[in-house]
Amino acid sequence: MTTRIDRRMAKLKAEGRPALVTYFMSGDPDYDIALSIMKALPKAGADIIEMGMPFSDPMADGPAIQAAGLRALKGGQTLVKTLKMASEFRAADDETPIVLMGYYNPIYIHGVDRFLTDALASGIDGLIVVDLPPEMDEELCIPALKAGINFIRLATPTTDDKRLPKVLQNTSGFVYYVSMTGITGSALADTGKVAAAVRRIKGHTDLPVCVGFGVKTAEQARIIGASADGVVVGTAIVNAVANVLGPKGEKTADPAEAVATLVSGLSQGVRAARLAAAE
Amino acid sequence: MNKPAIPNSFRTGPDEQGMFGIFGGRFVAETLMPLILDLERHWNEVKDDPDFKAELTDLSTHYAGRPSKLYFAEGLTRHLREVSSAKGLGGGAKVYFKREDLNHTGSHKINNCLGQILLAKRMGKKRIIAETGAGQHGVASATVAARFGFPCVVYMGATDVARQSPNVFRMKLLGAEVRPVTAGHGTLKDAMNEALRDWVTNVEDTYYLIGTAAGPHPYPELVRDFQSVIGIEARAQILEQEGRLPDTIIAAVGGGSNAIGLFHPFLDDRSVKIIGIEAGGRGLDGIEHCASMNAGAPGVLHGNRTYLLQNADGQIMDGHSISAGLDYPGVGPEHSWLRDSGRVDYVPILDDEALEAFQLTTRVEGIIPALESAHAIAHAVKIVPAMDKDQIVIVNLSGRGDKDVHTVANMLGMEI
Repeated sequence: MTTRIDRRMAKLKAEGRPALVTYFMSGDPDYDIALSIMKALPKAGADIIEMGMPFSDPMADGPAIQAAGLRALKGGQTLVKTLKMASEFRAADDETPIVLMGYYNPIYIHGVDRFLTDALASGIDGLIVVDLPPEMDEELCIPALKAGINFIRLATPTTDDKRLPKVLQNTSGFVYYVSMTGITGSALADTGKVAAAVRRIKGHTDLPVCVGFGVKTAEQARIIGASADGVVVGTAIVNAVANVLGPKGEKTADPAEAVATLVSGLSQGVRAARLAAAE
Repeated sequence: MNKPAIPNSFRTGPDEQGMFGIFGGRFVAETLMPLILDLERHWNEVKDDPDFKAELTDLSTHYAGRPSKLYFAEGLTRHLREVSSAKGLGGGAKVYFKREDLNHTGSHKINNCLGQILLAKRMGKKRIIAETGAGQHGVASATVAARFGFPCVVYMGATDVARQSPNVFRMKLLGAEVRPVTAGHGTLKDAMNEALRDWVTNVEDTYYLIGTAAGPHPYPELVRDFQSVIGIEARAQILEQEGRLPDTIIAAVGGGSNAIGLFHPFLDDRSVKIIGIEAGGRGLDGIEHCASMNAGAPGVLHGNRTYLLQNADGQIMDGHSISAGLDYPGVGPEHSWLRDSGRVDYVPILDDEALEAFQLTTRVEGIIPALESAHAIAHAVKIVPAMDKDQIVIVNLSGRGDKDVHTVANMLGMEI
């Protein structure tokens, strides 16, 4: 069974370039603006969309994504609305993969079976659930795989060779390599070390390996994209939204346009990645 | 939810996955997983190691002042017998206090901190981080860090920094860095988030000294085992002093470490009624309380599944309690399991009731209890007059109340 993620990754591999994976916070600062941002992402060159599900206690996220989640919750966002947003997007775009990223509790409270049914109906292709390591696979990972939804696992610098097989065992779609130990939005790690880590993971799996945490500029996207199959950008996009919001959360410019400008630049970065690598 | 079948023993958990029934587990980011597994390995090595035990016992005796006394609270008992007579009941059980307030640093928190600092030392860690609510755990962490020469960072909600300023100063004197956390309501939950963010960033050298019997496995188990000294001593002491087991034991539950420490050694004594006290705040009708087991639902936060205060979308609520140490929207997973299995009753006590018990204990016993412990005493005040004179109640006096005098003065409209 192939998913939109598998098909998109295969297509990019054939084109010889890495994927640009873009994270935005659903519902930030409100439903309508967030939907306009989501629609702008593929047009600006995003290959895969990571849709952040806001959570009150995002323990692995830095201040930027914490604040974005709180803005979304304040704006009335819920898991149900996030899925509705995905299906609205999906009505006009049946190609771009959507990966939901967040924490387990809202899914657990919604009910795992009901969540998987609703997510499939909304056109969701994959899940990244930060606080579900392989030790907890029975909770959601295995039911998701049975339902035909990719479960994308994070591998980190602390995931050594001994542990990697366990992490990769039920992973599908792609592997998300977290470039550093830390929270989202920190400074980018040594790119040489990241490239070595990507090679290490590729020694254990045929799945594409995307790298995130700390990538903010087109130049960084180009460098990381030289070795990785995809580059994930999150905090920079969330910041682009925050930068056009006034003190009371009102927009001072079009957030979708601000995000599109940033993503176009990043997109040029990933498109230049393999040219640079070939030099 | 179906009630689980009554087990042969209530003292066998957690299982190898760190579960107490459906509660507990290891719901953490992958970055932390290898660290938690490493901690579990070391914990399994030391928990039955006689050298480790000997070192801990020596420190507990000579540094912390254990065993803590089991004190017959004669003044409170007399008072409650008068209440009983006035109601025409003619009863009133004997009340004992387990005096954890007499420990070094003024609360039960030192028991856990001494155990964990020895573990950190064995693991070769170089830096200690901790979260704190009332500041009792922060002080105990800063204390053991000073004693063993570790740098220590304590995360504390900004609200708590304001209402527990004496403890903040104590931590600073002890050489710890106190980092106020402004997210959310600025209480224990937010401090714990920030401590986890620190840990995920500084994985190489940092030991996370969790203060309560919650978090990912193996923390709930190891904190419980370090705190069980309370119940082990209390059980032996009451047998010695009264020649029999108590009828009822009571402890306040925030995260629940003093409570599980008292309860665990009594869990298989079926004749002993066990009661945990949750912070009822301003009442369970609204959202201004921290009674997660009476008014919450099972969910996943801070590495474990447990009862949580949350909304229909699974977002965690902030809660409220007059007592910073109980101001947490969750509870340790073993308590959730004990609740569902029916072995322990969990009941709420309101801010006002705790405040009254705080003043009463001060007046009739000459003991200023921590506001957390005052919740447990308040429940004793409720039930003891209706009990018989030959019955025995043990209340865990988990900490001293000096840190709370500002809060109490505020509540009573007095200026210090």
